[in-house]
Amino acid sequence: MAVLRQEGAVSVARGRRRGGTRRARRRPNWAAGLAALAWLVFVGVPIYLMVKDSFQPKDAYLDGGPLSPPHSLTLDNFGQVFDSGYARYLVNTAIVTAASVVLTALLAYPAAYAIVRARSRIVSATFRIFLAGLAVPAQATIIPVYLMITRMHLYDSPTAIILPTVAFGLPLSVLVLSSALRDVPRELYEAMTIDGGGSFRLMWSLALPLSRASLTTISVYSALNAWNGFLFPLILTQSPEQRVQTLGLWNFQNEFGSNVPGLMAAVVLSALPIFVVYLFARRWLIAGLAGVGGK
Amino acid sequence: MTAAGSADRAARPGALWIVPAALFFGVFAGVPLVLTAVLSFTSWNGLGTPAFNGLDNWSRVLSDDAVWESLRISLVFMVLCWLVQTPLALLLGVWAAGRELNRAVLSSIFFLPLLMSTAAIAISWRVLLDPNFGLAATIGPYIGFPDGNIVGSQHGAVAAVVIVIAWQFVPFHTLLYQGAARQIPQMLYDAALIDGASRVRQFWHITLPQLRHTIVTSSVLMLVGSLTYFETILIVTNGGPGSATMVLPQRMYLSAFQSFQMGYASVIALVLAALGTALSLLIVRFSGFAKMRSTLEGI
Repeated sequence: MAVLRQEGAVSVARGRRRGGTRRARRRPNWAAGLAALAWLVFVGVPIYLMVKDSFQPKDAYLDGGPLSPPHSLTLDNFGQVFDSGYARYLVNTAIVTAASVVLTALLAYPAAYAIVRARSRIVSATFRIFLAGLAVPAQATIIPVYLMITRMHLYDSPTAIILPTVAFGLPLSVLVLSSALRDVPRELYEAMTIDGGGSFRLMWSLALPLSRASLTTISVYSALNAWNGFLFPLILTQSPEQRVQTLGLWNFQNEFGSNVPGLMAAVVLSALPIFVVYLFARRWLIAGLAGVGGK
Repeated sequence: MTAAGSADRAARPGALWIVPAALFFGVFAGVPLVLTAVLSFTSWNGLGTPAFNGLDNWSRVLSDDAVWESLRISLVFMVLCWLVQTPLALLLGVWAAGRELNRAVLSSIFFLPLLMSTAAIAISWRVLLDPNFGLAATIGPYIGFPDGNIVGSQHGAVAAVVIVIAWQFVPFHTLLYQGAARQIPQMLYDAALIDGASRVRQFWHITLPQLRHTIVTSSVLMLVGSLTYFETILIVTNGGPGSATMVLPQRMYLSAFQSFQMGYASVIALVLAALGTALSLLIVRFSGFAKMRSTLEGI
């Protein structure tokens, strides 16, 4: 599994780097074009309906059939979503996400650095454990995680979500970071050591600037994981005060299932931050996504 | 100063640098995995203290027809999801690898589902599948569901879940294939063109063989991933109608957090973990993936 996911991430990255040299095909491929249009309808129609419904008045969203063009636009649904506490859920999710990203980077980076630079059997054995850890599905551990979190009196707190989320993101993060750190030329370490740099300075002022790209990749990856997480919040939190956005959506559906425009407004809001990242940093988002899909 | 001599002078970090990450991972992922195995030999209701009860849970799970039925449903989902997603993702990925502007624009729309959480996707689809007010009411009559109640029928519910999962995950696998297809040397196609090979022949004899690593990667992720679909089914069908879409993770969740039979649920959790690991090992072995390792970057 480890190697497999790794290849996924790497091949995406490589595709981006070298793709530019490829020439366009000679003649247009009509059959493929038609199939792509069919897929466009399949992908586009649900997205169109989500966005359209979120701007339609609650009592009129069905007028003219589901596929009709939007008639009267309103922002009431979004206001209603915020009134029902969704802002709180977004803030909770943002806290969990920020903490997870920082914690993942702080833990994974020194570990990856040691894996590449340290000459120790313990380190290489630990690396193998991380690789094996890639194959462990979170569901297989959820019962003991629940047991541990309740015993640690962390149940129903942001920390309860952050701890296992970070733990399950670590293997891939360590893997991606360590393969990037391997590319730092040995001569640079030697040169800086002669200048009087210790291990920490080598990591901080030499390796870190050179591996910024993969650090961004794993940050996006862990941010997406945390932002979209469902299982850990579902099992490890309970009260509305601690609810994250994914559970908020689910809760909306159970409570106001018939208010489709309101529900769709919440769905649109939940994807909005990621969409903004997609617009401005598409490259990084795609690299991070390539990691997420492995989960 | 020679290069060999200076190699040992560069400061190297000690083994301690890996300890924080290792401890963290060990405590919140490693220990729980071991504890799942331990809990499978206990009786525990989620409160109190787990009490050992030997092989009770195991014999109950193994003789429970409902669990076997869930296993069967999980395997059916696994096969269906692979059959639906692989050809689609492969073709779309190869298509999206082209550099034409229309392909670039359409691809950026194709990747939009990647931006949504599983929960958001499942909830939107449940609205679409609503027999009274959703798209299902409009389309249903044309595809054999006069009342639009697709998720109300056994086969319809299974198909609906497979379609929702394809909607969510095909873009990711397309991304993998797109990246890989762009690695195929253009030279191969130029040579084939000189030999007069048709586009279809080029696909079968150049593109497919060149993508074999990616097919294995994508299939493993897809097959193993399909064992853990949980949110989608929880939200779209909640295991129903009856238990038509009650996959193993659903069964485990219900036993653990609705009926509070933690020991019993731990057995199912272990079965899931073992199934996933065995599956990825099998595919890796029979596809010769282990031999391909050396061609990979990193590691």
